[in-house]
Amino acid sequence: MKMVVDARGLGKVFGSGAEAVQALTNIDLRMETGDFISLIGPSGCGKSTLLRLVADLLEPTSGELLINAKSPSRARLDRDYGMVFQSATLLDWRTVRKNVELPLEIMDVAKEERSRRASEMLDLVQLELFADHYPWQLSGGMQQRVAIARALAFQPSLLLMDEPFGALDEMSRELMQQEVLRLWGETGISVVFVTHSIPEAVFLSTRVLVMTPRPGRIKTEIAIDLPTERDLSTRESPRYFELITEVREALRSGES
Amino acid sequence: MTERDDIIRESHETDVLSAFEGDVPVGGRTPAAIREFGGKYLPALFSFLVVILLWEGLTRLFGIETFVLPKPSEIISSFVETWDVVWGAGFKTLSEALGGFVIGVSAALLTSFAAARWVRFREGMLPVAIAANATPIVALAPIFNNWFSITSPISKMAVVAVVVYFPVMINTTRGLLEVDQAELELMRSVAATPAETMRRVRMPHALPFFFASVKVASALSLIAAIVAEYFGGPQDVLGQYIINRANLFQFPDAWAAILVASILGVAFYLVILAAERLVMPWHVSFRTSK
Ligand SMILES: Nc1ncnc2c1ncn2[C@@H]1O[C@H](COP(=O)(O)OP(=O)(O)OP(=O)(O)O)[C@@H](O)[C@H]1O
Ligand SMILES: [Mg+2]
Repeated sequence: MKMVVDARGLGKVFGSGAEAVQALTNIDLRMETGDFISLIGPSGCGKSTLLRLVADLLEPTSGELLINAKSPSRARLDRDYGMVFQSATLLDWRTVRKNVELPLEIMDVAKEERSRRASEMLDLVQLELFADHYPWQLSGGMQQRVAIARALAFQPSLLLMDEPFGALDEMSRELMQQEVLRLWGETGISVVFVTHSIPEAVFLSTRVLVMTPRPGRIKTEIAIDLPTERDLSTRESPRYFELITEVREALRSGES
Repeated sequence: MTERDDIIRESHETDVLSAFEGDVPVGGRTPAAIREFGGKYLPALFSFLVVILLWEGLTRLFGIETFVLPKPSEIISSFVETWDVVWGAGFKTLSEALGGFVIGVSAALLTSFAAARWVRFREGMLPVAIAANATPIVALAPIFNNWFSITSPISKMAVVAVVVYFPVMINTTRGLLEVDQAELELMRSVAATPAETMRRVRMPHALPFFFASVKVASALSLIAAIVAEYFGGPQDVLGQYIINRANLFQFPDAWAAILVASILGVAFYLVILAAERLVMPWHVSFRTSK
C-alpha cells in the first residue's frame, strides 16, 4: 500500500519566548491510500493545525512530514490534495460553475476541458441545476457541496476537510455525510476529516484519531470495523453505538 | 477602528446621491416592474417637487428679492433663455472634470497595485496619502493656475486629478489588501501564484471599494473643476460664468448655471452607477430576493 501521509514526531510551536504555544507535539500518523481518517478532540487541541501542516499552509517546528513521499510544499505545488475549509469560502463574484473551475483555471486547463470537468463534479455533488447560480443563492449545505466539488475538480489523491459540516443542521449534516461516503466510495480518494462530532467521526471513518488538548497529541486510535456500505441502518446498529461509546470514553479518559 | 475605516465610512456618508442606488429594473418593463420602479422613485420625486413649490411659494409670500434668492420660475426661464451659453459652459467644465477624473483615477489605480504588491512602498506611501486626503486640496487651485496657464484646461484638470486621486487610491488599496484570510489560504492550497491571487481574488474584491470611491470622486471632480475656475479661467466655463453673472447682479443666470452643474453631476454619477452594475452584477447591493 502507498503511504499518503507519513508524519513522524511532528510538532508545532506558535510564537516564541514566553508567549510560545506548543500546539502539537510528537504526532505520528501513517495513512494509506483509501483511508478515511477522522481527527477528533476538544477545541484548541490542534486539529486544524495538523491539517494545515499537511496542507503546507503552516510549517512544522519539529519532526518529519511526507505527503505521497514528497515534501508538503512539493505536494501542494503538485496539487496532490484538495482542501475543504470550515466555511465554504466560495468566491462571491463567481457562479457555482466558475467556483468549481477556479483551480482548473489556475492550472491552465483548456476551456472545454474545464467546463466538462466542472459539469462532472457538479453531477457528483448533485448540483447540476445550480451551475449558473451565485453562492449567495445557495443554502449552507449546497455551498459546502460546491466547495467539495471544487476540491475534487483536479482529481487530487487526498481530500482534507476541516469541520466542513459544522454550520449545518442535523438533517443536512447526515445527508452530507452520506454524500461524502458515496464520493469516497466512487473515487477511491483518501480523506482526512476534522470534526467535533463523535457520531460523525464513527459513521464516516475507517480510523478515528482521538487527540488530547495542549499540547495536542494523538491519544488513542480506534479502528472502525463497521461494514464498508454504510447507511441509515448502520446508524441504528449496536456496533455503531459501541464504537461511539468507545470514542467518547477515549476522549474522557485522563480528564479531571 | 483604523483611520482607513474612517475614510470609507465617510465616503459612504457623503454619498448624497445614494438615493439613486437600488434596483432599476433592467429588461422587461412589466406593469409590476413599473410599479416597483414608481414605488421606489416617486417619494424622491415628490419631495423634490415639494421643495421647489415651497421655495417658489415662500419667496413670493415674503417678497424675497431676486438678488437674495431668485424664484425657481425665474431660474427656469433664465435656464431656457440662456440654454446654449449655459450648456456650452457646462460641457467645457465637464470636459475638464472628466479629463482630470480619468488622469486621477488612472494614477490612483497604478499606485494601488504598487501599494498592494510592495509592502515598503505601501508603508511609505499610505500615511502620506491619508494625510493628503484630509487636507483641502482645492486650495491648491491658484498655484496650479500659476504652474499651467490660467486659461488652459490643463490647470483645472490638474486640480481635479489631485482631488480625485487620494480617495480612489486609498480605498482601492484597502480593497486589494483587506481580503479574507480564508480566500488567501484557498488560493495557496491550489498553488496559485501571487499574480493569480491578485487577478482572481484581490481585484474582484477591490471592485466594490473602487466603485464606492469613484462615485464620490465623480461628484468631487465637478466641484473641484468649478472651484478651480473661480480662481480664474476662460470666460466660457461654469465657474467664471457664475462669477460674471453674479457680479452683474444677474442672479437667475448664475442659478441656471448651478442647475446645469447639478444636472451634469447627477448624470455623471448615474453613468458610474450603471457601470458598477455592469461590472459587478454579483454584488450584495444588487441582490434581489426573487
Ligand atoms: N496562527 C496561530 N498563531 C498562534 N497560535 C495559534 C495559531 N493557530 C492556532 N494556534 C493555537 O494552537 C492551538 C491549536 O489550534 P487549532 O486551531 O489547531 O485547534 P483546533 O483543534 O482546530 O480547535 P477547534 O476545534 O476549536 O477548531 C490553539 O491553542 C491555538 O490558540
Ligand atoms: Mg479548528
